[in-house]
Amino acid sequence: MNTVTKDLLRLATVGSVDDGKSTLIGRLLVDTRQLFDDQLDAVQAASEKRGVGDLDLSFVTDGLRAEREQGITIDVAYRYATTPNRKFIIADCPGHVQYTRNMATGASTADLALVVLDVASGLKEQTRRHLCIAALLGVRSIIVAANKMDAVNWNESAYNKVVEQISTIAAELDIASVKVIPVSALVGDNVVERSANSPWYNGQTVIEALETSDAGAWAGTADGARLPIQWVLRQNGGGRTYAGMLCGHSIKVGDKVTLLPQGVETTVKAIKNGAGETSEAGVGLSIDIDLEAETDAGRGDMIATAPLPTVTKEITATICWFGEKPLVNGQRLRLKHTSKVTPVRIAAINGVVDIETLKIEDSDSLTTNQIGLATLQTADPIVVDDYREGRVTGSFVLIDEVTNATVAAGMVGRASFF
Amino acid sequence: MAPTPLQSPKTASHLDLLESHAIFILREVAAECERPVLLFSGGKDSAVLLHLAKKAFAPQQLPFPVMHIDTGQNFQEVLDFRDAAAAKAGARLIVAKVQDSIDQGKVSDPGPMGVRNRLQSVTLLDAINDNKFDAAFGGARRDEDKARAKERILSFRDAFGQWDPRAQRPELWQLYQGKVNAGEHLRAFPLSDWTELDVWEYIARENMELPSIYFAHERHVVLRDNMWLGVGEWVVPSSDEKIEVRTVRFRTVGDANLTGAVDSDADTIEKIIDEISIANLSERGATRADDRFSETAMEDRKREGYF
Repeated sequence: MNTVTKDLLRLATVGSVDDGKSTLIGRLLVDTRQLFDDQLDAVQAASEKRGVGDLDLSFVTDGLRAEREQGITIDVAYRYATTPNRKFIIADCPGHVQYTRNMATGASTADLALVVLDVASGLKEQTRRHLCIAALLGVRSIIVAANKMDAVNWNESAYNKVVEQISTIAAELDIASVKVIPVSALVGDNVVERSANSPWYNGQTVIEALETSDAGAWAGTADGARLPIQWVLRQNGGGRTYAGMLCGHSIKVGDKVTLLPQGVETTVKAIKNGAGETSEAGVGLSIDIDLEAETDAGRGDMIATAPLPTVTKEITATICWFGEKPLVNGQRLRLKHTSKVTPVRIAAINGVVDIETLKIEDSDSLTTNQIGLATLQTADPIVVDDYREGRVTGSFVLIDEVTNATVAAGMVGRASFF
Repeated sequence: MAPTPLQSPKTASHLDLLESHAIFILREVAAECERPVLLFSGGKDSAVLLHLAKKAFAPQQLPFPVMHIDTGQNFQEVLDFRDAAAAKAGARLIVAKVQDSIDQGKVSDPGPMGVRNRLQSVTLLDAINDNKFDAAFGGARRDEDKARAKERILSFRDAFGQWDPRAQRPELWQLYQGKVNAGEHLRAFPLSDWTELDVWEYIARENMELPSIYFAHERHVVLRDNMWLGVGEWVVPSSDEKIEVRTVRFRTVGDANLTGAVDSDADTIEKIIDEISIANLSERGATRADDRFSETAMEDRKREGYF
């Protein structure tokens, strides 16, 4: 048996259907052998039934009845690919319907965005909007497939023009890592197999770029460790163990920690999980922690190392509004932040983001799928980081108190680019 | 339980992270919901789920019972494993029987040889109502089917148990919110991001026990609808069907009259991993008649309240 030494990368796709996004995902799955014969047969049958002739790889990801009937993509689809070194979780985000909600959902857990664009038409407005949302949600690394190179005879200057466009928007959106790859998703050139058509290109293929990109951004990059307490385990013979998923930074036995919002300072006595003990644990792992001090902490509290997060009952935040009716000043909702749920009131809406210009405009309400800035007051204190310091401790959702629907995604603070 | 030492930050593997994510979901739902239940059939995915639940709450007992929807057409080896595994976990096992739903006249009797797969939804929803469960953990994975690929990890069901794919709650970051009103409930899928290969690699790593029918064995089978079905109480060959003895194993475990065996010599977990690494057919495509009814068979059943 092979020894399992794979790690895990989460990515979101960006781009319009016409640019070949579904075809690229389909190509990645086919060429890394993630699609089985019966699934390919089903795609073939669906293509024929809808009269689209050739194998339409978009049927790989468009699975719902309404999507197949209307030829649209409704929702984020999750796909999985594996190479010997890495497992990939792909959030395939649709382009048209509800794009703010879907793009935000896919990007929220993504380490990077895979952008697909048509090299002949370059960066379209729709793709630009999606990139803005991905960047807003904290994506700092993109791989760009300059697709349909075969249609421009693998012309190097067409590729260079895309590189230029992407460099400009990446600088604007504070995206640190950019790789632009000339591909033909249709035939598979430079996706998994290196193309003989691009002798002028010495960079990575799409799969090579995916295999070598940094993983783990979703769990946060804060300097301090954060353990939002999810569950208190009572030990046989007394004593309390605090369980949760670690984010921000790794933690060691002996680390000085502060229990928040109580402000009790103590030390990590033991780190465990259901099966064993360790002296140190990394981000993204569900762990159980014993503290030196006898404490009375519970779900919703947080164990943290310095630099400490902020304990507050008022935050300013960036809000993506999904509710059907507008969000207005004074509205009351429920807020869920890490494992903490508290009543919240919208103290002020401070403006709406024009996603085309990245300018803030005056507004005292937000309509469906608008992004805006707001000040929120919570009934109970919450323990937060700025979203750009840590996604887990900087994010929250707003919940309708009557229907229990999730009506907004929120990020503490605001992006640098608006 | 086989010890799995915690990994240092530099060496956390995909299995460490998938395990941690699943444990996070189990704890989150247990904390937010009043009365969760874990659906446990004795199949490999639900066995992994039960294993993870034990890890999530050790050294405490599971804070929820486990429940099996019994069609009455299951493999005996799997039922034996179900009972033993639940007892070993110290879990309270509820068995809700499709036969009871038939006897009570809630669903029509498809006859002794009839397919009961679709009737399970009625029994499941009744059991959820009767026990006032507001969340049900299931072992479904997104790689199994194109409808499941779009389902949330916490999937909302209305008072009729229906899944509405166009009215799903947005699910961002790891902020899973599990509040529902009376009569509504959630399905929670901690293994959403796992593939068949991940499941087997995890079973190997944790040295887990499984029902014997997952491993290669000799069995009397007949070829029906291009699948090898095991001859037995629920599969009685007709006069023009030829009974063969073949070395087979089951890749999935559903009803005995719907689940096909595959030719295989894989009699260890390691050999199974090697086998599925080079397989040409998907797990459900190879072995499940219930998914072959139409292009959107899974979505249609999920809309009715299926797993």
